[in-house]
Amino acid sequence: MTLIIFLILFAAVFGYYIAQSKAATISLTQGKKLNSLPIYHGLYVLTLTVLPLLLIILFWMLCKGYFLDKILFSILENEFVNLNFDQINLLAAKLKNMYVSQLVSQETDPNLIRVYQEYLLYEENISIYFNILVFFLSILIIFFLLKKIKLDFPARKKIERLLTIVFFLASIVAVLTTVGIISSLFFETVRFFDKINPLDFLFGLEWSPQTAIRSDQVAAQGAFGIIPLLVGTLLTTLIAMFVAVPFGLMSAIYLSEYAHPRTRAIIKPALEILAGIPTVVYGFFAAITVAPFIRDLGDLLGLEVASESALAAGLVMGIMIIPFVSSMSDDVITAVPRSLREGSWGLGATRSETILQVVLPAALAGIVGSVLLAVSRAIGETMIVVMAAGLAANLTFNPLEAVSTVTVQIVTLLVGDQEFDSAKTLAAFALGMTLFFFTLILNVIALAFVKRYREVYE
Amino acid sequence: MEDSIPKMRVENLDVSYFDKQALFSINLDITKNNITALIGPSGCGKSTFLRCLNRMNDVIDGCVVKGKVELDGSTIYDQRIDPVTLRAKVGIVFQKPNPFPKSIYDNVAYGPRIHGLANTNSELDDIVEKSLIRAGLWDEVKDRISDSGTSLSGGQQQRLCIARAIAVNPQVLLMDEPCSALDPIATARIEELMDELRNRYTIVIVTHSMQQAARVAQYTAFFHMGYLVEKGATEKMFTTPDDKRTQDYITGRFG
Amino acid sequence: MNNLDNNNQLTDESPSEYSSDRLLKRQKKEKRFQLLGKLSVLASVSFLFILFISIIEKGSSAIRQSEVLLSIDLSTENFRQEVLMDPKKIRGSELNKLTRNSLIKLFPNVQSRSDRRMLYSLISSGARHELRDRIIQNRDLIGGIISVWLPLSDDADMYLKGNIKKDVPSNLRRFKDNQISWLDQLMSDGLVRKSFNFRFFTNGDSREPEIAGTLGALIGSFFTLLVTFLISFPIGVMAAIYLEEFSPKNRFTEIIEVNINNLAAVPSIVFGLLGLGVFLSFFEFPRSAPLVGGMVLSLMTLPTIIIVSRASLKAVPGSIREAALGLGASKMQMVLHHVLPLGMPGILTGGILGMARALGETAPLLMIGMVAFIVDIPTKIDDPSTALPVQIFLWADSPERAFVERTSAAIMLLLFFLLTMNFVAVLLRQKFEKRW
Repeated sequence: MTLIIFLILFAAVFGYYIAQSKAATISLTQGKKLNSLPIYHGLYVLTLTVLPLLLIILFWMLCKGYFLDKILFSILENEFVNLNFDQINLLAAKLKNMYVSQLVSQETDPNLIRVYQEYLLYEENISIYFNILVFFLSILIIFFLLKKIKLDFPARKKIERLLTIVFFLASIVAVLTTVGIISSLFFETVRFFDKINPLDFLFGLEWSPQTAIRSDQVAAQGAFGIIPLLVGTLLTTLIAMFVAVPFGLMSAIYLSEYAHPRTRAIIKPALEILAGIPTVVYGFFAAITVAPFIRDLGDLLGLEVASESALAAGLVMGIMIIPFVSSMSDDVITAVPRSLREGSWGLGATRSETILQVVLPAALAGIVGSVLLAVSRAIGETMIVVMAAGLAANLTFNPLEAVSTVTVQIVTLLVGDQEFDSAKTLAAFALGMTLFFFTLILNVIALAFVKRYREVYE
Repeated sequence: MEDSIPKMRVENLDVSYFDKQALFSINLDITKNNITALIGPSGCGKSTFLRCLNRMNDVIDGCVVKGKVELDGSTIYDQRIDPVTLRAKVGIVFQKPNPFPKSIYDNVAYGPRIHGLANTNSELDDIVEKSLIRAGLWDEVKDRISDSGTSLSGGQQQRLCIARAIAVNPQVLLMDEPCSALDPIATARIEELMDELRNRYTIVIVTHSMQQAARVAQYTAFFHMGYLVEKGATEKMFTTPDDKRTQDYITGRFG
Repeated sequence: MNNLDNNNQLTDESPSEYSSDRLLKRQKKEKRFQLLGKLSVLASVSFLFILFISIIEKGSSAIRQSEVLLSIDLSTENFRQEVLMDPKKIRGSELNKLTRNSLIKLFPNVQSRSDRRMLYSLISSGARHELRDRIIQNRDLIGGIISVWLPLSDDADMYLKGNIKKDVPSNLRRFKDNQISWLDQLMSDGLVRKSFNFRFFTNGDSREPEIAGTLGALIGSFFTLLVTFLISFPIGVMAAIYLEEFSPKNRFTEIIEVNINNLAAVPSIVFGLLGLGVFLSFFEFPRSAPLVGGMVLSLMTLPTIIIVSRASLKAVPGSIREAALGLGASKMQMVLHHVLPLGMPGILTGGILGMARALGETAPLLMIGMVAFIVDIPTKIDDPSTALPVQIFLWADSPERAFVERTSAAIMLLLFFLLTMNFVAVLLRQKFEKRW
């Protein structure tokens, strides 16, 4: 496969040079200017040769397996007339296994080996024919394209139009990603609801999917009530926001309104580092340092604290989100025009009065937007809660107990061996759908706030 | 006389941005190898008019141009005309000097390169040198031709932009207040340069300074509120204008 | 700030309806507010310090690994004929026996089976692999007696690093009293040393902390990032060019833009689900492969790259665009010759920061199975492998005390790479950033 790609590239580059010199010669002999520079004629030939042929090759790679399967099947049918459909399927699987492992053991049926070799021959031949075909096609295309070179052939325009289309397709990838996310979540969720009643999922007060693996149990279905998870998510998010919003907002206010530019130049990057630390590091920090500390503190105060508590996870998550809140609010606050502040100062207001009564109200929409984005982040945060919040899905509002969140359950359901189609695996997608749904709503609202703010001041 | 044949001819030109009309049925001939100055108070539409002459308005959202603009007798607002080739014939120099952040050489060579004006490197060198000489910049930069164009002074930058524009070998050169960002000495150099250039090129200049128009232009057109109020030989405009508004403007009552 | 305070002073001196009392109160309030701001900045920055210090404090000891010097009898009679012909046929159990024999020689009075088993467990079970590699590399060793430094077990290592306290009753700790006395004896004989822990950088993962290394995870991360970069960077830049320079202003463009902004805020784990649902189950790509990991992460970083690239393209001033167009460049030429090169430093900075984020990302990789226990070091982008942050997650989950220090060390390694990338990005921005 690499060989044919190289051959095509080689031919295309060859075509590129020929086209260039042909265009230059035409211009020279006719003594007139070309519509497009020779290099664009060259590029025209190059791209229009390589692009379609690469697409053909890609297509071939994707469906070659299908054709080969058909061929293999027909060989086997001719060879083993007395076998039924399923047995032939079995043999085909066996042969393919041989093909993958490249192993032919002595015990194998000699007939089968013969079929196998026949199959290999077919495969080789097909590849060779395909390569020859593609190569000739590339030569043909190059000839055809070279014929088109004329004085007034708008090669540059054609190339530019092609490039614009490619750029457009690139911008579609993001849309396709969204479509991919929604469809993969949606279809699996629908399959999940075939097995589990949606009402049980949405309003159930118990989450214990682990029982579902034992089909002989009475409660073979397991319990898939999402409420404890939502409560757990809400609890950790709430704790995180109690940390992140005051600290983040006050830091932003201090940095944008009070701090000396030099202080700001040091502190801002430091906060950005805080923002760039991977969440798995925070998770480790929460599990190894913060959780024991909180437990010890609880012991000291005579409180019972679980070793994996919502408090530890929420606190660390809050710390993680501080720089997020502060940098977004900082942007928002600095965008408030200076004239507003000066108006307030001019009336004799102190700085803090100006901030609290003029700047913050003016920046409110932007700040609300950034806090909502932070909430969405906290809801979707995974590693910290996986490592520090626990797996037991307790329905509790007590921050000192272990809780579980939506993200934690997605991870526990999908990490390790998974059987497709089991309610357990499908549940993860249903949880993902829930997560996506909630964060999407938050994001849309948040972005609307931010946009409204920008329209006012930028 | 060559003078009588218009290089460019504008008939019934209307221009609007979205719903707002900026120019109202302008008629103007631009004569060959002369300098035509467009004057008027700011916002009168003179820059808009200038940019119609090489279709620079095409890139502005919501800009609609109606009417006829001809270059050497053939209309330029035509589906078949590629603005790219038009702009090679009708070059433009902007208000603020805007050299590319590349070497002086590359600044000048860029146009010839994309239009394929030079077949060899030495040909390209020739074009660059000739353009810089014509723009009166060669002696100042010949020893640092690979320095960045942005390292030059404001006046030098503007002459570099002129050199860059004439390197493409245009027939018409549009200048949009080319001296407004320059000091008086640099302005004087550019004005001298324009006078030299007019032998080879037809020049249209937008200026907010009436003195400048009086100094450099053979013909002057006065714009006001989107209308072409008066046009004619510069001398006549500045001594015995026909229209009251022209009179008011050149005597400094408004603008 | 001072000006304002002075203003307040002014009102204080001049007669006014404000009582000075009230003013004092307002000033106090002002001070309190400012202090509050200072404190929260201080707190936020000190969180960073606490985090760093706690990681370094836990991880720095992993730089060194305890080893013991054993002389091992490799005389030919200890080997089967087959091995003498081809040392590759050597078995781990044979080497284990030899190591154990040499230990028994050092402690001849350890007799009972259970005591011996405890004695053997001083040595890392990974020691036999190192011995085997040595013999295969240099087959002349067979027939002689060699002295080699072999890694001690994690418990012994932890004891030597002071992480196992003697005052805990023997039955409550993993490392028992007699093991301590043997180890102390080895120490006094000068047979124990702590050397640079090269295994941490050259080995793949292992169940034994003392020989577990990060190389496999590092290479996995490298392959993953490579794929991520190769996919997301070109596509992101092309999309940014389209949206910033060519897209018509219509409903569809608006949908693309809104979609990109929202995608940037979708939780990373959802991208993992996408990878599982689409790449693994629908297209049947291999599980646990950096190829798929890179594809998932590239979809995740794509919106960020598009947003950053658009901002950089937008920052290129209109005068440059006009200059190019005025010379008769086509729009595409204007973009490719001028706007894109001028925006490139900003785009690259954004790209590096996006890659840094992808490097630290864990959750989506868990979804596509890059979380398996993989000893072999990957050599291709479709080999099963893990990634550095996932390795950290796996080790953090392991019960062995010694994995705590390894996890912290791996975190230090990860942070080192991230800080380097951030540093490069900042440098790039400073060097090429133009203020227009």
